[in-house]
Amino acid sequence: MTYAIEGNTGRWTVVVGLEVHAQVVSESKLFSGASACYGGEPNDQVSLVDAAFPGLLPVINAHCVEQAVRTGLGLRARINRHSVFARKNYFYADLPQGYQISQFDKPIVGEGHLVLDMPDGSSRTVGIERLHLEQDAGKSIHDQVPGASLIDLNRAGIALMEIVSHPDLRAPDEAGAYLRKLRSILRYLGTCDGNMEEGSLRCDVNVSVRREGEEGLRTRCEIKNVNSVRFVMQAIEVEARRQVEVWESGGEVLQETRLFDPSRGETRSMRSKEHAHDYRYFPDPDLLPLELDEEFISKVRATLPELPDEKKERFIADYGLTPYDASVLVVDQANADFFEEVAKDRDGKLAANWVINNLFGALSKAGLSLAESPVTSGALGRLLDLMTSDVINGRIAKDVFEIMMETGAEAEAIVEERGLRQVTDTGAIEAAIDEVIAANPDKVEEVRSGKDKLLGWFVGQVMKGTGGKANPAVVNDLLRKKILG
Amino acid sequence: MALDKTTVANIAFLARIDIPEDRQETLARELSSILTWVEQLEQVDTQGVEPMASVANLALSWRPDAVTDGGCVDDVLSNAPEKNSNCFVVPRMVE
Amino acid sequence: MTVLTDLTLVEARDGLAKGDFTAVELTEAHIRAMEASRALGAYITETPEQALEQARQSDARRATGTVGLMEGLPVALKDLFCTKGVRTTAASRMLENFVPPYDSTVGRNLARAGAVTLGKTNLDEFAMGSSNRTSFFGPAVNPWKRTGDDAALAPGGSSGGSAAAVAGRIALAATGTDTGGSIRQPAAFCGIVGLKPTYGRCSRRGIIAFASSLDQAGPMTRSVKDAALMLSAMAGHDPLDSTSAPVEVPNFENALTGDIRGLRVGVPREYRADGLDPEVSALWDRGVEMLRDAGAEVVEVSLPHTDHALATYYILSSAEASSNLARYDGVRYGLRVEGKTLDEMYSRTRGAGFGPEVQRRILIGTYALSAGFYDAYYLKAQRVRRLITRDFLEAFGSVDVLLTPTTPTPAFALDEEPTDPLTLYLNDVFTVPTSLAGLPALSMPAGLSGQGLPLGLQLVGRHFQEETLLNAALVLERACAFSGAPMFAGKEV
Ligand SMILES: [Mg+2]
Ligand SMILES: [Zn+2]
Repeated sequence: MTYAIEGNTGRWTVVVGLEVHAQVVSESKLFSGASACYGGEPNDQVSLVDAAFPGLLPVINAHCVEQAVRTGLGLRARINRHSVFARKNYFYADLPQGYQISQFDKPIVGEGHLVLDMPDGSSRTVGIERLHLEQDAGKSIHDQVPGASLIDLNRAGIALMEIVSHPDLRAPDEAGAYLRKLRSILRYLGTCDGNMEEGSLRCDVNVSVRREGEEGLRTRCEIKNVNSVRFVMQAIEVEARRQVEVWESGGEVLQETRLFDPSRGETRSMRSKEHAHDYRYFPDPDLLPLELDEEFISKVRATLPELPDEKKERFIADYGLTPYDASVLVVDQANADFFEEVAKDRDGKLAANWVINNLFGALSKAGLSLAESPVTSGALGRLLDLMTSDVINGRIAKDVFEIMMETGAEAEAIVEERGLRQVTDTGAIEAAIDEVIAANPDKVEEVRSGKDKLLGWFVGQVMKGTGGKANPAVVNDLLRKKILG
Repeated sequence: MALDKTTVANIAFLARIDIPEDRQETLARELSSILTWVEQLEQVDTQGVEPMASVANLALSWRPDAVTDGGCVDDVLSNAPEKNSNCFVVPRMVE
Repeated sequence: MTVLTDLTLVEARDGLAKGDFTAVELTEAHIRAMEASRALGAYITETPEQALEQARQSDARRATGTVGLMEGLPVALKDLFCTKGVRTTAASRMLENFVPPYDSTVGRNLARAGAVTLGKTNLDEFAMGSSNRTSFFGPAVNPWKRTGDDAALAPGGSSGGSAAAVAGRIALAATGTDTGGSIRQPAAFCGIVGLKPTYGRCSRRGIIAFASSLDQAGPMTRSVKDAALMLSAMAGHDPLDSTSAPVEVPNFENALTGDIRGLRVGVPREYRADGLDPEVSALWDRGVEMLRDAGAEVVEVSLPHTDHALATYYILSSAEASSNLARYDGVRYGLRVEGKTLDEMYSRTRGAGFGPEVQRRILIGTYALSAGFYDAYYLKAQRVRRLITRDFLEAFGSVDVLLTPTTPTPAFALDEEPTDPLTLYLNDVFTVPTSLAGLPALSMPAGLSGQGLPLGLQLVGRHFQEETLLNAALVLERACAFSGAPMFAGKEV
């Protein structure tokens, strides 16, 4: 169902577009040779260019250009052979030059798209309007000196990619899926580490609402710097609700910048920024247009890894996975690789099932990452092998897996040590069956008169009698023979 | 283009230049006469002429991605009017 | 006996090479002249100790046989060139106490070539002006005076301090920067040679920016040969300036053959506007004749958009300046006037730190870039800029150099300076168009006015053809035999 807000006067839908600032993975800054590492002592990762000393000039970092192109290709976007750096002029303490070097009407990457994988297995395509390169600003610290703010320029000048979506998103969970997918692609490409806590990925959310069925867009508000997927979803929800209330009470939503306060679950107008902005963009005369040739673009294209969407298609085709399972596995390259190691020469569906439901479930319960998993892909694979070669049955396998998670021991050792081998000796199973039949003559009659479902009950009783170790298929077979002849 | 005092005050705010009240009138007159003079450019037919941002007939040159600079906090702060804990100090910014 | 401060750069170089005198002696003579000439206001900051130390090192290098192009030659730097450990002011209150922790690339190139730096010369604040009157430190004064008149004359601007220092024999040569005529106009007013190279020939790194797409550093000297020598030392590709051209630097002095037979010289029709000073017009005609006599072919050419160059220049340079000067905000360096809020601190700092002309240009530039006016002012000016550039390129289809006057008048008195900015901008009417087109252009003294003041002629060349330009200038220099020396010169005690 489409997402809607029940107002007092009817149903409203929400229109969302995201502007994501992704910090480019690089050694040095976009226009200076200072380190782009996270952290560092205040102002120690600053060159005099970053601090805008008079007469010092920007020189562009080749790797940052390549990263932007790589990202553009990953987003199936048009790479602009000719793009222009422009100055965005405004005064702020964390902006040393008095302008940000950014791109305006001629960005390095144009239209592209991104496919969302929704939890119900469906997909949706979201348009990317553009990607441009720009400088990050410095950091201001407000709580250290009374009445003053401190300025640390370590971040100033680090390369960012601003990735702007079309207003194609229609629900908070779509926005969440968009962010997760974008982060996944950026990580596959190695162009941004996607770490939202450290601010490598920051999100501005544009939200507007309209009545269900209404054409055209109403005034939108921009919620600045929301720093987790969960908060993005919450912010959209509360902002949309707020806007519905404004419209329904006869008011008008003003185009403005707002902040999301997660502790109070509300968005607030940033009054301080209300003074009309006039950025006076113009081409930076210290830089020339950025020209890319086809050879360069092809070279970058040749280094692209298999991306999540392609991998997902391959998992569906090669391993017979459901679209949903495939999309869960490809979110992270390490997850996908792990799965493929487990699935190699084995049943893909079984492998996917175990990786997603058993392994990921257990890891998340234990608060561990895949890299920290006590069960390696090899060990999990060998557990599956014990199952498929009928050494143990599925139920026992779950128990064995739990022990593996706790001890890190090999499945086979656990099985031997604890005597968990499956009982396939028909004599022993027959004895157990006979016992159950003898104790339940009335139920036997019921089965014979056509109540097939009761057979399952018999299987359960027999399994119990064998300590769970009987081969369920053999039990089934023998039961049928003995009761139905 | 004749600029009035309010417009001058707005531009002065955009440019962050404090213009005393008593200078705004004169300034408005000076700026207006310059702008009027500049408007002669309207007479030039520029139909189909691409704007020219630079005379340097070059492609932008790229530098390799290597840390070659920074680590010079003393130089960075050497001219700071006010500093504290290796940071620049400004009047408290409203968040 | 030779007066060391009267030597040209090339003569001094040759004298040092022959061992006629040492770099220390040459430098000491200039330090004495600097002290004796303080009334000219040519320097904002003198660095005599540093100069002597450099001279001693130069003599020591020479003793080991290491000799750079400018070895041991004392020169001055316009106070727009950042100098490590020596304050650099741009003649602004804003940077009164700014001490850069770095050198400009051009300054470093000169130092590597062995030059000795005497100090930092006066200029119009942030290089915005044509008179030197906007300097926070008071104007430099032209060493020349009208015959029988003691009125102090403007040295021109913005590189007026450099021009006064070179004409007044208190530096063998000096660097200047030219955005719309700031090397050539003061060179003409002070009777020296000033060369604005092709945009991109000299690195802009470490030179305080006025208008990035126009700014270009160049030599200011007392002879054409000197200009060739000094440009060879200043120029070169700089990987730290993205607009610096990756082209070879020839030894410009070697290009000076003095043979211009077959050279095609263009005379732009539009420059002979009504009201052109008859003396200036006559000098121009004489210059044309001299080149013809030397075997050049003279052709009349047309630069139809000339009339609109000043307005175009004014919008583009002010727009770029409004952004380039945004960094002077009282946070990291320079003047700071406290305020309760960040914005109040900014506005007070910039209101107090910038003089009226700089403020005017920032405001015009801000306006020209602002929403709703960008297309009508800034973009329009960029389009006209292309037309102006096309005019030149077309003219250079049929000629090799252009010959024009440098300024419409000789130097004016400092207290006669027109207060109306528009009249003042007219000083640059012949220099601005070439700046917009990024072309190399040179001004050289070609004669004296009736009142005994130097008049300059301007040669304009194709992009990166400074050699052709310098060679034509050498021929003119020989023909003019300009021998005038200013009243103030040679005051060495
Ligand atoms: Mg944005
Ligand atoms: Zn941005």
